[in-house]
Amino acid sequence: MGMTIAEKIIARAAKKTSVRAGDIHTVELDRLMSNDGTSHLTVAKYNNLKNPRIADPGKLVWIVDHNVPSDSPKTAASQKVMRDFAREHGIDFYEGAGVCHQIMLEKYVCPGELIFGADSHTCAYGALGAFGTGVGNTDYLYAMVTGHSWVLVPETIRFNLTGKLPEGVTARDLILTIIGMIGANGANYKAMEFVGDGMKDLTISDRIAICNLCVEAGAKTALMEVDEVTLAYLKEHGREPKACFKSDDDAVFAAQYDIDLSTIVPIVAKPHFVDNVVPAKECTDVKIDEAFLGSCNNGRIEDLRLGASVIRGRHVAPGVRFLVVPASASVYRQALEEGILETFMEAGAIIMNPNCSVCWGSCQGVIGEGEVLISTGTRNFKGRAGHKDSFVYLGSAATVTASAVKGFIATADML
Amino acid sequence: MGRVFKFHTDVDTDQIIASQYLLFPTIDEMKGHAFESLDTSFASSVQPGDYVVAEENFGCGSSREQAPAVLKALGVKAVLAKSFARIFYRNAINIGLPVIVCKDLPDHVTGGEEMELDMSEGVVKLGDTEYVCTKLPAYMQKILDQGGLIASLDNGEV
Repeated sequence: MGMTIAEKIIARAAKKTSVRAGDIHTVELDRLMSNDGTSHLTVAKYNNLKNPRIADPGKLVWIVDHNVPSDSPKTAASQKVMRDFAREHGIDFYEGAGVCHQIMLEKYVCPGELIFGADSHTCAYGALGAFGTGVGNTDYLYAMVTGHSWVLVPETIRFNLTGKLPEGVTARDLILTIIGMIGANGANYKAMEFVGDGMKDLTISDRIAICNLCVEAGAKTALMEVDEVTLAYLKEHGREPKACFKSDDDAVFAAQYDIDLSTIVPIVAKPHFVDNVVPAKECTDVKIDEAFLGSCNNGRIEDLRLGASVIRGRHVAPGVRFLVVPASASVYRQALEEGILETFMEAGAIIMNPNCSVCWGSCQGVIGEGEVLISTGTRNFKGRAGHKDSFVYLGSAATVTASAVKGFIATADML
Repeated sequence: MGRVFKFHTDVDTDQIIASQYLLFPTIDEMKGHAFESLDTSFASSVQPGDYVVAEENFGCGSSREQAPAVLKALGVKAVLAKSFARIFYRNAINIGLPVIVCKDLPDHVTGGEEMELDMSEGVVKLGDTEYVCTKLPAYMQKILDQGGLIASLDNGEV
C-alpha cells in the first residue's frame, strides 16, 4: 500500500521506511518557529525546567510580528523577554521584518521538511512541499529541548484541481469556497493535499494563500507537490529541496474532491465563522468602516499589485479607513520600487509597517463596537479584530480594495 | 461535584481568551478575561472543580496555549465536548487539563447543573443518569497522568 505526501514526510522525520495514518511516531523536527504570541510563556517554562537545554539552537527561528512595534508596556515587557532570550541563545531573530510565515517561506522552508510553528497558520508551508503544523508553547518547548516530538500521522483529504480561475477570481476565493464546502471542522486532524492540472497556473503566492487557510477547516497541515514553479521560487531564494514527495497511486485518502477552478466566484466569509461563505455579490448591502489588505494570507506583492490595479485612479470612500500592510520588509520594498505604495497613498490608504496588524486584533487598526471590517486576514471570529460586538467579513485582495473604494462590500467588476 | 458551564459549537480560542490579553506577562494576569466575549461573568463565577461542556469542535482557531491554560488556572476540572479542534486538544493534554470527548452529555445540559466526572472510568454522573465518555488514547493518558508534557522533561525521561 502506498503513502501520501504527509505519510512520506513523517516517515522521513521518524526515520522509518513507511508509516500509516493513525500511527503515533517520534519525529525529529527540521525547524521550529515561534513568534511573540507565546514566546514569553515558552521562556518562562524553559526557565523553570530542572535541566534547561536546547537541542539545536540553529533550528530555531523567533519572530516578533504580532504586536510590532509594541502597543503597551506589558507587550514591551513580554517582547523583551523573547528578544533577550533569543540573543543569549544565538537564535535567528527578526523584529518588524514581516509576518512570521512570510519570513519563513522567504528564507527557511524547504520541501520535505517537518516544521513546528507556535502559530496555527504554520500549515502555509505546504505551498513549498513542507509539513508545517501549529503547536502550543509546551509542545514547542519540548521540541526545542529534545529536538523531537510525537505526531499522530494524519489521514489526507485530496483536492484535485482542474481548469483555471476566471479573471478577477483569486486563490483566496478558492480556499474560502473549499472551507465553506467541508466546514470549520471538515479536515480536523487531517491533512489537505492539493494536486491536479489546475495547480500549474497557481503562483507560489496563490499556493501559500490556499495552504495557509487550511487550519480554518481544522487541518493539521496542507500539502502540495513540488513542481517547476516551486523549484523556481526556491532557486530565486537560494534554497534547494530536502526531499520532493508525491502521494503514491495506491495511497489511501479519507476523501477526494474534484474542483473545477473555472466555477469559482469572488467569495466572502460572513461573521463569525470562516466557513460561513457566500458569493461576495450577495453582500453588497453591507456598509463597511474599515478595509484591510495584508496578513500572512494575502499581504504579498501579488496581492498588493492586485489591490493597486483595482484602486489606481480611484479613492477610498469617505469615512472608510483602508489599511495596507505588506507581509514582509521585502514585499514592502518591492511595492515601494514598483510605485504600488504611491498608488495606495494617492488613493487615501493608510500604509503600515509589516506585521499581523488587525488580522490578529490586538495591534493597529482594531475596530470599535458595531463597526464592520472587510479583511484579507485569516479569521472573522467574534471580536477577532477588536470589540466583541464588531463584524469581520473576509474577502480577496480585489474584493477588499473594491469595497474600500465603494464603502460597502463590492467586487472589482462593480467599479 | 462541580457546576456545568455550557458552550456552543465551534467555540474558537479567540472567545476563550482574546488576542489583546495574550501578551500579558503571565497566565494569572490573563485568566480574569476567559470567555469574556461570550459570558462576562464566567471568570468571576467559575469555581475550582467546575466543568466546561460544549458541542462540536471546541477550541478551533489559533494555537494559543493560553486558551487551555486560563481554564486550568481558573480551576476548571475538565472540558467535555462532542469533539475538539486538534491543537486545543493537544495543548490541553500537554499542560495537564483533561479534555474528554463525550457525545451524549452535551445534549442533556444547558449550564448550571451539578455533575461529577470519574476520570479513571470515563463516566459522568448527572443526577441519576450516567454518561460514558471516550477514553483518551494511552499515549495521551500517560502525558496527562504524569502532569503534562514538561513533567517528562523534569523526570529525566527524555
